[in-house]
Amino acid sequence: MATMHFDPATLLADFPILAQEVHPGVSLRYLDNAATTHAPRQVLDSIRDTMERHYANVHRGIHALSEQSTELYENARGKLQAFLGAEHAEEIIFTRGTTESINLVARSWGDANLKPGDEILLTEMEHHANLVPWFQAAERTGATVRCAPITDDGQLDMEAFKSMLTTKTKVVGVVAISNVLGTINPLEEIIATAHAVGSVVIVDGAQQAPHQHVNLAELDTDFYAASGHKMLGPSGIGILYGKRELLQTMPPFLGGGSMIRRVTTEGFEPAELPTRFEAGTPPIVAAIALGVAIDYLKKIDLNAVEEHERTLTVAAQDRLQALGGVRILGPSPDKKVGIVSFVVDGVHAHDIAQRLDSHGIAVRAGHHCTMPLHKRLGVAASSRASFYIYNTQEDVDCLVSAVEDTQRFFRKRK
Amino acid sequence: MNEEEIYQEHVLDHYEDPYQKGTCPGATHAHEEDNPLCGDVVRMELKIDDEGKIADVWFDGTGCCISLASASMLTEKLHGKSVDEAKAFAADDMLTLFGARLTPNRQKCCLLPWRALQAAMFSPTTDESQK
Repeated sequence: MATMHFDPATLLADFPILAQEVHPGVSLRYLDNAATTHAPRQVLDSIRDTMERHYANVHRGIHALSEQSTELYENARGKLQAFLGAEHAEEIIFTRGTTESINLVARSWGDANLKPGDEILLTEMEHHANLVPWFQAAERTGATVRCAPITDDGQLDMEAFKSMLTTKTKVVGVVAISNVLGTINPLEEIIATAHAVGSVVIVDGAQQAPHQHVNLAELDTDFYAASGHKMLGPSGIGILYGKRELLQTMPPFLGGGSMIRRVTTEGFEPAELPTRFEAGTPPIVAAIALGVAIDYLKKIDLNAVEEHERTLTVAAQDRLQALGGVRILGPSPDKKVGIVSFVVDGVHAHDIAQRLDSHGIAVRAGHHCTMPLHKRLGVAASSRASFYIYNTQEDVDCLVSAVEDTQRFFRKRK
Repeated sequence: MNEEEIYQEHVLDHYEDPYQKGTCPGATHAHEEDNPLCGDVVRMELKIDDEGKIADVWFDGTGCCISLASASMLTEKLHGKSVDEAKAFAADDMLTLFGARLTPNRQKCCLLPWRALQAAMFSPTTDESQK
C-alpha cells in the first residue's frame, strides 16, 4: 500500500471548514477532535455524489440505483473490515455510533446471558457510553456492575483489575484510549486475562480506531465499537465488530425491516449476519462516506499519525506545564496519545474555553461524559485539547499563548 | 458574540469581590442547585422575616465566572425585597440584570443561582421534609 507523505499543513487544504475565521480576523484552530473530527473534501464529495447519482434504498429494489447503492454500501463494509483487520465482512455491523454499538451488545448479548450473581467489570475511566448501558443491563438482569480503579497518574490499576476479575465476571468493558486522559490501555493483557476466566470483552475503540493501527483478529476481542465522526466521516454512522460465532447466537436488537428472514402473522425468523442487526433503512449515505474517509486514512500511515500526535502532545504538555499553575491530567506522553486535558488554578474550565474561543481555539470544557473519572481525579471539570492529522505546531503555539493570556486576564485584577 | 463583552468589568467585579458570599446567620430557607454538566454548585440561604421580606440572603458555591458573578448580582438585587417581588423576578429579569449578552449555553450558568433562589423560597430549613 502506497502511503502519502504526511504533512499536516498540506492536508489542511483538503478541509474547507478549517479554513475559516470564527470571529472577525480570528482564524479557527480546531482542537476538539476527541469530540468529533472534520471531513476532507473527498468525504464531502462522496456525500453529494451518492445523493446525486446513486442513491436508493439498499438490499431491496431490483432496479439500477438500488443495485448501485447496495454495492457502495457493502463496499464500505468491506473497507471497514480491511481497515480494522476483521476476519469476515459480516462481523462489521453498521450502527449510528459507538454508543449504539455498546447498547446493542448490552441489550442483545447482555439480556440473553447475564443473570443475578454475574458481574460486569468496567473501569473508572470509561465514557458514559460504556457505563450507562451496563447499569441498565444490570437493572434488567440482576447482574452487578463493578469498576476497576485507576492509578493516581491515570492508568488502569492492573493489579486491582486482575483481582476483581473472577469466574463471576461475564463481561469486561474497557476503553482502548481514554477520551480524557489519553491513556492507552493494555488491551492484549486485559483481553487475555478476561478470556482466562471465561468472560467476553467489549472494547470502546472510539478514540483508538482514528489514531492507531488496529487488527481485530489479532487483538482477539469479542466486541469492538467505533464512531465514524471521530475518523473524518459524518455523524450518524459507526460500527460494531463482533466475532461471528458470538453475533450468530445473539438475538436481534432492533426489530423491523431488513433484519428478518421471514415474517408471518405468528412471528418472525431473524436474518443472517450482518443485516440481522441492521433493522430499517440504514445510514446509507453516511456509511458510504465513512468508506471514503477510510480510503483517505489508508493513504496516510496511521503509525505516522500516532507519532505526529505524540509530538504535538509532548509539546503542548511541556509548554503548558512550564506556564505554572496548570495541572495536566493523565500519564506521561509516552503512555497516551493525542489528548491533553488540563486544569488551570483559579480559572473554571468554562472560562478557559470561552477565552480560548476568542482566540479562535476550539477546545472542550466540562466533564467530557466521564463523571466518575472526574470525581476520582478530584476535579469538577477540565479543559481538553485533542489533536488530529491536520493539527500543527502552530496550533500548539496558539493554544499555549492563549492559556497564558487567560491566566493573565484573570490574574491581573487580583 | 465577542467574549470581551461577556467578561465586562462589572461581571469581573462581582466574581472577584462578591456580595454576601458565605452562610446566612439564622437562615429560614435554603436550597442548593447544581449543574452536573460543568460541576457548578450554588447554594442560596435566605432569612425571611414575619412580613415576608428577604431580611438577609447569602450564597455560596463553586463555579465559573458567570455563575458566581450572577449569584452575587442576584443576592445584591433581592436583599431587602419582599418574597412576592423575588418570586416575580423572572429568568429574563436575571439575564437583563446580568447585562452581558450570553449564548444559550452560558445562560445556563447565569441562571443557576436564580434557580437556586427560586427553589429556596419554597424550602424552609425548619421543615423536616425539606433538605
